[in-house]
Amino acid sequence: MIANSRIRQAYGFAAPAVLWTAAFFLVPLAIMALYSIWQRVGMSLKTVPTLANYIAFVEKSFFLKGLLNSLEVTFTVTILSILLAYPLAWILAEKVPARWQRIALLAAVLPFWTSYVVRSYSWLLVLSDGGVISNFLMQTGLTQESISLANSRTATVIGFVHFFVMLLTLTIYANLVQLPKSYIKAAQDLGAGPIRTFIHVVLPLTLPGIMVGAFLTFVLCIGDYITPQILGGNKELLLPQTLMLQIQRRADFPMASAIAMILMAVVTLAYAACSRWLKLERA
Amino acid sequence: MSKKVSTGAISAPRSILSAAVLVGTIGLGSAPGLAADELNALVWCDHTDPALIQPFEEKYGVKVNLKEYEGTGTALSIVEQSQPGDWDVFVVDGVDVPRVVAAGILAELPAGELPIDDVFDQVQMKDVTMVDGKMYAIMEKFGYNVVGYDKSKVDPADMRDLSTLWGDKYKGKIAVYDYYIPLMDLTALYLGMKPSDISTETLPQIKEALFQLKDNAAMVGEVVSSTTALATGEASVLLGGGEWAVGVMQDDNPNLEWVLPDQGGILWSQAIGVFEGSEKKDLALKFVQYIMSPEGQARLATSSCFWGMPANSKAGDVMTDDQKTRLLWDEQEAFLAKSHRYYIPDAELDGQMLDVWTEFLQR
Repeated sequence: MIANSRIRQAYGFAAPAVLWTAAFFLVPLAIMALYSIWQRVGMSLKTVPTLANYIAFVEKSFFLKGLLNSLEVTFTVTILSILLAYPLAWILAEKVPARWQRIALLAAVLPFWTSYVVRSYSWLLVLSDGGVISNFLMQTGLTQESISLANSRTATVIGFVHFFVMLLTLTIYANLVQLPKSYIKAAQDLGAGPIRTFIHVVLPLTLPGIMVGAFLTFVLCIGDYITPQILGGNKELLLPQTLMLQIQRRADFPMASAIAMILMAVVTLAYAACSRWLKLERA
Repeated sequence: MSKKVSTGAISAPRSILSAAVLVGTIGLGSAPGLAADELNALVWCDHTDPALIQPFEEKYGVKVNLKEYEGTGTALSIVEQSQPGDWDVFVVDGVDVPRVVAAGILAELPAGELPIDDVFDQVQMKDVTMVDGKMYAIMEKFGYNVVGYDKSKVDPADMRDLSTLWGDKYKGKIAVYDYYIPLMDLTALYLGMKPSDISTETLPQIKEALFQLKDNAAMVGEVVSSTTALATGEASVLLGGGEWAVGVMQDDNPNLEWVLPDQGGILWSQAIGVFEGSEKKDLALKFVQYIMSPEGQARLATSSCFWGMPANSKAGDVMTDDQKTRLLWDEQEAFLAKSHRYYIPDAELDGQMLDVWTEFLQR
């Protein structure tokens, strides 16, 4: 009797979360999957199941190119962000006095307080012809003519990295401060130098923090539309941009749904690759 | 010519609505007011300029509730979700008037009480605004997708020849407005074709020319990005731009100008009408009459959201010389003679054109 009551209680506690997930994730996902096997013909929606949208994705080169561009940009951003975030997190965790760490962390997340769109347009001004970087290079004599980094893949990567370095810094910092100092001392007592200690002790133990941050970076970056749209100058299209074109220009929701399903499959593969480090008990 | 716009594509002024949303200029509530002395208008952002609306409100002692929207599809969604009588005045893309009339949304307008004869001949577009001899809307503003430029960085004479933009002289300094229909229409003009010559057969030529243009482009962007590129010096030329793109920015940068090339330009237009379901048709008509008056037209033409030519030619009598200079008033007759309306393809060709445009962006 008591056991049944506890089971009912457990279902009762779980029900809101299950209903929430069903209403705001499973149902929309099912609708999107259904739409992806329908087809827009002229102005009407053809509801006969078909793989035409997925076939079109493979046959039309601009879709595959969009996926390739997205993967290239995302991997570049993720790797650059890790390389920049790790030293920053290490400095925060090891070199900044404990009483200053909160302020330093606050400073690290300051960019998150600005609107994403405003931040992207700010970068556009910084990177453009006659912008801050161009003027600095000319005034220091490093270049004779003004240069522009805006409206390019480089600009998109810079905009992304600026945002994701902070995210990765936080996840890596969280791991570093939990790392017992005795492990490092033990390694040193056993004769390991700083580099061997880092490679064989610190890095493996902070890998979960890196992978959590890297996965979040991958997911957020590959699905982002705003940054490449503002900073990329349409010199090339990333996959979310090709998706938005289907909606904005064609009102082709079935094709957009198919692209979204493919994007989701890519993210799922990324999760599978990182899952070893993404288990909750390791976080 | 009413094979209508089959997509959610955004024309020049319609795109400015999204620009306004981005910069957060106007944010009026979605639910219209209900008081008897209020008028509810579904409009483009240029109508939300207080300098345009306040004189009408003061004259008639009414409050005009303005709801701006982005794209005719969005407007139709808003109307579908509203109750009959919620809306009184509708401002809509000129090319979408037949679609709106066919949906039974607009009421017949008393043609005799509106200055239709004062509207520039080429802008009257009675084939669009009239059905079975009845008038349902009147064109209130128009402009061009042509060439905007910074005269301190380019030779203005070059801007009158589209082929210059396909040459090497301004390579890397050209911003291209990201809207496929007017840009493909302009490309057709560059190739010596009319926009209406675009077909499955001629599309490969258009595609090749577009790819050449991409090689010269600094960027391809929607309203905010492309005009920002022109304003910051990232680009010296905006292909697809016009008075709507540079008019407002000329206050800060008098070097920005626009011109319609010798090969021709693409005409955009916006129309105004009264909702069939309006319970305040008399007041709504007074608002339309005010907007179409020379004074209303002058204020609408120079709205703080975007500039454009007033449809009523009599507006020139009340506009300043500086305003008319910036709108190239004296050249309008020649410009109108050389301009073409947006070419609206059928669904199949539209899909092919979008594929080409996507390839152009992806190149």
